[in-house]
Amino acid sequence: MNTLINVRGLAKTFVLHHRDEARIPVLENVSLDVAAGECVALAGPSGAGKSTLLRCLYGNYLASAGSIRIRHEGRWVDLARATPRDILAVRRKSLGYVSQFLRVIPRVSTLDVVAEPLRELGTDAAAARERAAELLDRLHLPQRLWSLPPATFSGGEQQRVNIARGLIAEKPVLLLDEPTASLDVANAGRVAQLVDEARQRGAAVVGIFHDPAIRDRLATRLFAVEAQLLELAA
Amino acid sequence: MNPLLRVEGLSKRFGEHIGCADVGFDLYPGEVLAVVGESGSGKSTLLKLLSTRLAADAGHVRYQITGRGLVDLAELSEAERRWLLRTDWGFVEQNPRDGLRMNVSAGANVGERLMATGARHYGQIRATASDWLARVELDPARLDELPTGFSGGMQQRLQIARNLVTRPRLVFMDEPTAGLDVSVQARLLDLMRELVTDLGLAAVIVTHDLAVARLLGHRLLVMRRGRVVETGLTDQVLDDPQHPYTQLLVSSVLQV
Amino acid sequence: MNTVAGYNFAYLDEQTKRMIRRALLKAVAIPGYQVPFGSREMPLPYGWGTGGIQVTASILGRSDVLKVIDQGSDDTTNAVNIRRFFAQTAGVATTDSTGEASIIQTRHRIPEKPLGEHQIMVYQVPLPEPLGRLEPREAVTRKLHALADYGLMHVKLYEDIARYGHIASTYDYPVLVNGRYLMAPSPIPKFDNPKLHMNPALQLFGAGREKRVYAIPPYTRVESLDFEDHPFSVQRWDEPCALCGTADSFLDEVVLDDAGGRMFVCSDSDYCKTRQGAGHTGSQSPIPAEAT
Repeated sequence: MNTLINVRGLAKTFVLHHRDEARIPVLENVSLDVAAGECVALAGPSGAGKSTLLRCLYGNYLASAGSIRIRHEGRWVDLARATPRDILAVRRKSLGYVSQFLRVIPRVSTLDVVAEPLRELGTDAAAARERAAELLDRLHLPQRLWSLPPATFSGGEQQRVNIARGLIAEKPVLLLDEPTASLDVANAGRVAQLVDEARQRGAAVVGIFHDPAIRDRLATRLFAVEAQLLELAA
Repeated sequence: MNPLLRVEGLSKRFGEHIGCADVGFDLYPGEVLAVVGESGSGKSTLLKLLSTRLAADAGHVRYQITGRGLVDLAELSEAERRWLLRTDWGFVEQNPRDGLRMNVSAGANVGERLMATGARHYGQIRATASDWLARVELDPARLDELPTGFSGGMQQRLQIARNLVTRPRLVFMDEPTAGLDVSVQARLLDLMRELVTDLGLAAVIVTHDLAVARLLGHRLLVMRRGRVVETGLTDQVLDDPQHPYTQLLVSSVLQV
Repeated sequence: MNTVAGYNFAYLDEQTKRMIRRALLKAVAIPGYQVPFGSREMPLPYGWGTGGIQVTASILGRSDVLKVIDQGSDDTTNAVNIRRFFAQTAGVATTDSTGEASIIQTRHRIPEKPLGEHQIMVYQVPLPEPLGRLEPREAVTRKLHALADYGLMHVKLYEDIARYGHIASTYDYPVLVNGRYLMAPSPIPKFDNPKLHMNPALQLFGAGREKRVYAIPPYTRVESLDFEDHPFSVQRWDEPCALCGTADSFLDEVVLDDAGGRMFVCSDSDYCKTRQGAGHTGSQSPIPAEAT
């Protein structure tokens, strides 16, 4: 089995220094392996730490303990210990993240927002834009919006831009945080189709899917986040 | 890959006051480091030390000079340092009037570095200056106008063009958007983001504005009372701050 | 002329002259470099040639023959006074003839007649710092000289072309001496700049108010700054000298009446006179006496 994500003993505790040093333990001793071609859905009630785990996997949250190893250019990089430069390199090439919300860059057109991850890998502008157009087309984002910055788009439109941006570079590890939350059934189905294609070409996908229909369609396996804490309590 | 800039144990005191204490980091080609902190945190002092405008009491700033490897800047002659400052480096001042010659035209401002490095063809200098005005979204038709007639945002873009015309590898920026209207800031930030990416610039940007740091910085250095209290990946430091001071800083801002 | 009693030879005391000569030796050793010196109060106001006079006083010997010109002329007030000053305080011979002079003190011109190795030019300099107008801080200009950082001067020339279509400086046109120091040649017309280059004579510059001397030793390279596509060029006139007919001398415009009448004549009065004496004529030459 070609494992691309290898998490061992991951803990995450938030310490709020200005709230009387309050300690909020969220994750404790999480271990998780995800192989190429798998789609793991994180399950658990809200507040269980699904998003926290996903952000730790992206290096966005700093692990309190344990290791988060991501396969990058044929070797393991432990995001809990890597330098910022290494994390950025892993993200550029191997690790994609689709958040719920698009961080809008002023003045950059939708087409260029989507094309950017490919451009970062050295693809020339024309080819990157062409690929971006294909994806936006498949996601049924009206063509008249492509040349505009997505700042004024509706939530559903922004989310599709975000997904296209997350998928364009075909990174081997994909992290999806509620990728269909603001979408209608038809558009959610189109997103699911793209994610499934990514998995089938060999991506290791970890996602939080609120919609049970989408989750059942995409997930090859469930990973119960709250169970980790319960086990610990038991 | 070798670092472009290697900073170790950099310290500077002003009498009893600590300007900078034991600051160290590596900066790689194409990397943008944002230095944040409130007024008096030592971030501007750090920028002066890095750019050799101020001599450090202790520590080293080493820079990768083509063909020579990492060289301690304190060991360079003044002539070599100045050469570096006007070819391989840029320095964008907070107040564009400090970084521009206000009594000569926009074209002469952009062309100065070219002439300082030996350009002696008026037509070519002018053509290059004109290209750079367009590149920073200034109307090339205003090439012969004095910068005094430009708005603050235009002056700041002119200052950026003046610095980038020699294709430097490293640019220092001191609060480049601080003096500008919010509406103008976004345009400048976006332009800086494009230029930094297109030219593969390494940059050290001092700012108190976390949004600027978020948009431009790959890495973040949080300073307080002359010391680095936290450093790391920009989004990690801003979304999951570890140090009490950083938590305060991030929670004090409405939204970044 | 008899010398006046009670004064030192050439007015200045020997210690001061020695001090100035030491500064001059340094200036000769570092062509184009401005050497500070202890400028003295002279019996004439700043701007009238106090720097030039002190240099002349320091190098003057009893056997020297002195010529003084102002705007090329031997007969203007400034020239006459300075010539008389040295005649009275040093008792040296004076002349109007460029060829006969061993020392020529000048304001604003270099004689048309080529100089020789036996001659010394002394220039009166109001503002010795060529970068001064662009960068008023002397601490900075000194550093720029030390590092040969002269981009600023080209910024000025660039600005001229951008504004006027050509380099607008017509006098005190900046030069680079011996490939190293940027130098203000004093307010001579740029027409005279080529004469600075590889001149067999020693050229000394004195700025009294600014307390600086500098020098161009004989046979030193002196280049006028320019751009490849806007090369340095000198003034040209559409008509020859109205008195001597020469086409290669620097001409002054002389207004003849209030009806717009004017003529162009040599600024170098000795040169013009010498040519006229040799029979050269121009459009306004007096009709020869024997013809009437």
